[in-house]
Amino acid sequence: MSEKLLVEAVNDALHVEMERDPTVLVLGEDVGKLGGVFRATAGLRERFGPDRCVDTPLAEAGIVGTAVGLCMAGWRPVCELQYDAFSYPALDQLINHVGRYRWRTRGKMSFPLTIRMPYGGGVRAPELHDDSPEAYYVHTPGVKVAIPATPSDAKGLLAAAIRDPDPVVVLEPKLHYRTAKEDVPDGEHVVPLGMARVAREGDDVTLVAYGAMVPLCEQAAAALEGEASCEVLDLRTLKPLDEDALLASVAKTGRAVIVQEAPRVSGFAAEVAAVLAEKAIFDLQGPVLRVTGYDVPYPYWQLEDAYMPSVERVADAVRRVLAS
Amino acid sequence: MSQVLPAEGGLRRVIGDGEVVPDGEVEGLGADDLLALYRDLVLLRTYDERSLVYHRQGRIGTYAIFWNHEAMQAGSAYALAPRDWIFPSYRESAIGLLRGMPASTVLQWWRGHPAGWWNPLDYNVASICVPIGTHVPHAVGFAWGSRLKGEDRAAICYFGDGATSEGSFHEGMTFAGVMKAPVVLFCNNNQWAISTPLSEQTAAPTLADKAIGYGMPGVRVDGGDVLAVYEATREAVERARAGDGPTFVEAVTYRVAPHATADDPSLYVDEERVAEERENECVGRFERYLLRRGVLTDSSALETRREALELMRQGIAEAEAEPPADVSLLFDHAYANPPAWLADDLAELRRILGE
Repeated sequence: MSEKLLVEAVNDALHVEMERDPTVLVLGEDVGKLGGVFRATAGLRERFGPDRCVDTPLAEAGIVGTAVGLCMAGWRPVCELQYDAFSYPALDQLINHVGRYRWRTRGKMSFPLTIRMPYGGGVRAPELHDDSPEAYYVHTPGVKVAIPATPSDAKGLLAAAIRDPDPVVVLEPKLHYRTAKEDVPDGEHVVPLGMARVAREGDDVTLVAYGAMVPLCEQAAAALEGEASCEVLDLRTLKPLDEDALLASVAKTGRAVIVQEAPRVSGFAAEVAAVLAEKAIFDLQGPVLRVTGYDVPYPYWQLEDAYMPSVERVADAVRRVLAS
Repeated sequence: MSQVLPAEGGLRRVIGDGEVVPDGEVEGLGADDLLALYRDLVLLRTYDERSLVYHRQGRIGTYAIFWNHEAMQAGSAYALAPRDWIFPSYRESAIGLLRGMPASTVLQWWRGHPAGWWNPLDYNVASICVPIGTHVPHAVGFAWGSRLKGEDRAAICYFGDGATSEGSFHEGMTFAGVMKAPVVLFCNNNQWAISTPLSEQTAAPTLADKAIGYGMPGVRVDGGDVLAVYEATREAVERARAGDGPTFVEAVTYRVAPHATADDPSLYVDEERVAEERENECVGRFERYLLRRGVLTDSSALETRREALELMRQGIAEAEAEPPADVSLLFDHAYANPPAWLADDLAELRRILGE
């Protein structure tokens, strides 16, 4: 084990997986000489050379589109998209091809590409550096989505994504790139896709979260201590969703508050709520509530604290569901 | 490295008109090659004409006609080695026939049957790309990735004039130039994107001029001249193999058929021009060339057409004999490791269908 920041754990995963598998190739804007704008790819070019850590033109659809072709040539590409909202130009490729090509070949060809990007708000950045675009990806058949909340999971989920035979989008909480720090296993470390994690045990209500909302929910749970016993469930993977863990936790607590920073309508929290309505209705002792971003463009940063789910908003939802 | 910059202005031609313009020839192409090219042209033409009939008979679905595009497809494909990969658009749906793909497979694609979704590894032909121009980065990535692996194989990507307006075309061309990808970007400029003429597609004097902006040569060729297309593509493939990177080929033709079976060109097309272009269609041009040169006889031409017709008869019979696809194919292959709920969905569907 070594103590690592979340972004260092990402970097470690890339080093380990590139060492382990000579077909892993990293490509993206500024990933080479600069080592990425967040330094997630630092040192890869020096260690593995410019052919395996490729600085690309500034063209996101080109990055993901050529990655499809790289898969066909036998590579296992890991695309870095520089920011959440910069991934939108690549949705053309993701929706039209990345999620469909394996199916189009009736399973004869695999497209084991990974797309990773920093996501989320709270970092006082200019417009369109703050989005939480996970719903677009989850809604794309053929594509899996993972969102780590801790340094160890950032390493282990990225390793799982790279090794997975299907395309996986990994969203990394940039807010916690350099605030989250913990002991991370050295060498190979894989956290299987599709397995949630109980981040904190509790009895009265389950706070369902992923990514940057997990530490927030842990803070809310701590703030509510003595008033309510909150379980925090870190989903880790949005697709495939660990329904068993979700249903088990809600069966125990009988209440659920789902927290996401993306806008509310048709966000991933709605999917979680639908699963609970279909499969946990008789376990529920109150309404399923959501604490989310609002249905407005992510705001200018002087207002972002009011947009983002906060300890106060989560605590308010917990009190409402307990009072119902 | 020398580059042809700016792009060539005139159209390259080899086939003459039998009167004023003399016939040329392509170095290295013998009589066997010429007859092989003729067979390819006839095969594609027969495929296309029969498909239109099958569509009208309700035996295949909506179909994208490629009548008078055969010279571009056959000429360019003949310049490739079997190890080189082809990235077709829907306009080149039947190009796999030139790599030994059964006609039934392509017909099944247009019948919407999963049997039409071939394994690209069997023919080195990628899946048909339906969204316009989005396969350009795939071909480029494949070619670049092959070069990185030290493998001697090139790629060709087919798209139309309308595709040159798409973002994916631009991004793919940019990557091709920067990565020196061994790829041929082959534009079949038939001067129409459904109802939009080339003059409303671009203000560029020629599409080949666009190549300059990506740092690659742009070549213009008569798309109705199978030999000129072959020669231009062969040069491009040689450049790719030599490590000199990509080439953009603009093959100019004219769309004399509807965009697809659902289209009504009478609303926008110039009928006189269409009639004129049909007179000069590409298979007839090559046939007359071969007859003038004594390579082909009327009886061998007839025999070639008969063989192609027989292949199509067999193809449609095989396609129609295929049992309906099982509903499990709805779920299979979307993922290598599917989420558990897909199996639940299939079980539920089978129960409701009474299976």
